[in-house]
Amino acid sequence: MDYFLTDAQKTIRDIARKIAIEKVVPSRAELDEKEEFPHEIMKALAQADLFGLYIPEKYGGFGGGSIDLALAVEELSSACLGVSTTFAANALAAYPVLLFGSEEQKKSFLPDIASGKKLAAFGLTEAGAGSDAAAIQTTAKKEGDEYILNGTKQWITNGGEAEIYTIIAMTDKSKGTRGASAFIVEKGTPGFSFGKKEKKMGIRASATRELVFENCPVPKENLLSKEGMGFIVAMRTLDISRVGIGAQGVGLAHGALDEAVKYARERHQFGKPIISFQAIQHMLADMAILTESARALVYSTARVIDSGSKEYSKESAMVKVFASDVAMKVATDAVQIFGGYGYMREYPVEKMMRDAKILQIYEGTNQIQRNIIGQALIKEAASKK
Amino acid sequence: MNIIVCIKQVPDTSEVRINPETNTLIREGVPSIVNPFDMYAIEEGLRIKEMIGGKVTAISMGPPQALEALKEAFSLGVDEVILISDRAFAGSDTLATSYTLSKAIEKIGLFDIILCGKQAIDGDTAQVGPELAEHLGIPFVTSVKKIDEIREGYLRVHRMMEDGYDVIETRPPALLTVVKEINEPRPPSLKRKIQAKNLQVPVWRKEDLDVDEKRLGLKGSPTQVLRIFPPEIKGERKILEGNLEEQIYKLVSELKGLGIL
Repeated sequence: MDYFLTDAQKTIRDIARKIAIEKVVPSRAELDEKEEFPHEIMKALAQADLFGLYIPEKYGGFGGGSIDLALAVEELSSACLGVSTTFAANALAAYPVLLFGSEEQKKSFLPDIASGKKLAAFGLTEAGAGSDAAAIQTTAKKEGDEYILNGTKQWITNGGEAEIYTIIAMTDKSKGTRGASAFIVEKGTPGFSFGKKEKKMGIRASATRELVFENCPVPKENLLSKEGMGFIVAMRTLDISRVGIGAQGVGLAHGALDEAVKYARERHQFGKPIISFQAIQHMLADMAILTESARALVYSTARVIDSGSKEYSKESAMVKVFASDVAMKVATDAVQIFGGYGYMREYPVEKMMRDAKILQIYEGTNQIQRNIIGQALIKEAASKK
Repeated sequence: MNIIVCIKQVPDTSEVRINPETNTLIREGVPSIVNPFDMYAIEEGLRIKEMIGGKVTAISMGPPQALEALKEAFSLGVDEVILISDRAFAGSDTLATSYTLSKAIEKIGLFDIILCGKQAIDGDTAQVGPELAEHLGIPFVTSVKKIDEIREGYLRVHRMMEDGYDVIETRPPALLTVVKEINEPRPPSLKRKIQAKNLQVPVWRKEDLDVDEKRLGLKGSPTQVLRIFPPEIKGERKILEGNLEEQIYKLVSELKGLGIL
């Protein structure tokens, strides 16, 4: 389907596809098996200028937006979700700076993220604060020209690998969500260390670690926006980044569908390729319908965001839910079409099915997304009266 | 360091079809790419520049459409590109090609290293690199799989051999032809690829070069191609059937029967 992409956007897609095919596909099984961070692939993505797609040119980026990032994320996800998670997590960490940072903060942190010289990570989740993000316990206490951070962040993508971290911590616990603030913390700051690397079901090429803050002094210049804005910084960031999860879902579904079609043409049973059976064709057709629908929703929502609209929280929640559910279903059906072979690690669909599951969980579970959509519906209905 | 990379645009297929009448390659309907070995040469040029500084210039001799290959080199990061193209160059064999390239390089002037792919995947001669070095009167090393050390006035490289590698020391300016073991080429840069679309590629024609016309194109090409054909498989073949044990048993008795065992 033609989505009226510009020449530049087609070029982005082509370059990301080239990297996916030439660098990611040949190494994905090994990265997964060894739970190895994809350093070489990140280097290639940096050389290709893909880290700065959504960052303005004056900070060393390409000057595009959500749609440009979505195109690259989609292509990488069709090859390996662990790689695309590692890549996309940088944007999740950079958006707080992009949306709420001062000119000084943007100038000092964005160019290195845009060039891929430094990786970035976003730290919100804690052991006791997942869906209930307001329950975070990490504190930031102001002392002179510094904030002193204490606490532990859990399941942080790019933890340990990243140089730049955007962290949500409580500056005033008594105020609840209005007592949260966002900070930029650099690796190497005294009192900032990393906990264990998690062993995961899928996206095993990506690094997921704890961030540990023990009396970690952060200069007050690294506070994003104002004290008390942390929850808003996080929510506005997630509103945008959810489209990226949608793009991951579309990419993964697309990758699984391609594998299933290819296999169904090669696999013979009852003297015929199994793709000649309607039972298989109908499964493939449903997979294709879902994948294309998810893609249309991702691109149109990304374009709404890029148009400068402020109202897209509901739509981006829809994208996240739908595309991640599509990815899970399409990957599961791809394994079904492969039959016993699909269950074996020799074929890529087994990994795709394991990887897909995280899309329904991270960056706000699909249940939380439905809450957002439900609340938006109530708000819309109430405002009509 | 001034680095020059010579690249060639070739048809994108390892199974080149040959016109039996003219004994030339059939190019119609086959998409063109940068010769894969030349991609390693470009990458190595960029790596030398990143390591010790300098400038990378990519040149290609070919028809006007070869500028696409140069644009690709540009999008990978080379600083300058030059197309060497003229009807008078058409029909060049490796001698005329290397002569013309040497004249273009003389016009560029100062250089320290010339990098070429080991061979082009269409003609597969592996001659242009060494011939070019001979025309320029500089040392060359073929099938380089590693540049071990490179600095002003000194160069040490590993030349791939069938049973290992040679360590060769030489002095720049020198020409190296590279094999795929030398590196892994980077992807194109998005920004440069977009710039490349509107890039004005300088074209050097016959009159831009200080050349002897008799040595150009078909006239300057002593090579006579009588016939090109894929190698025929000679000798008898026998396929042994059965499970592994049976096959091994049959193989041993066959070899004994032939007096080999």
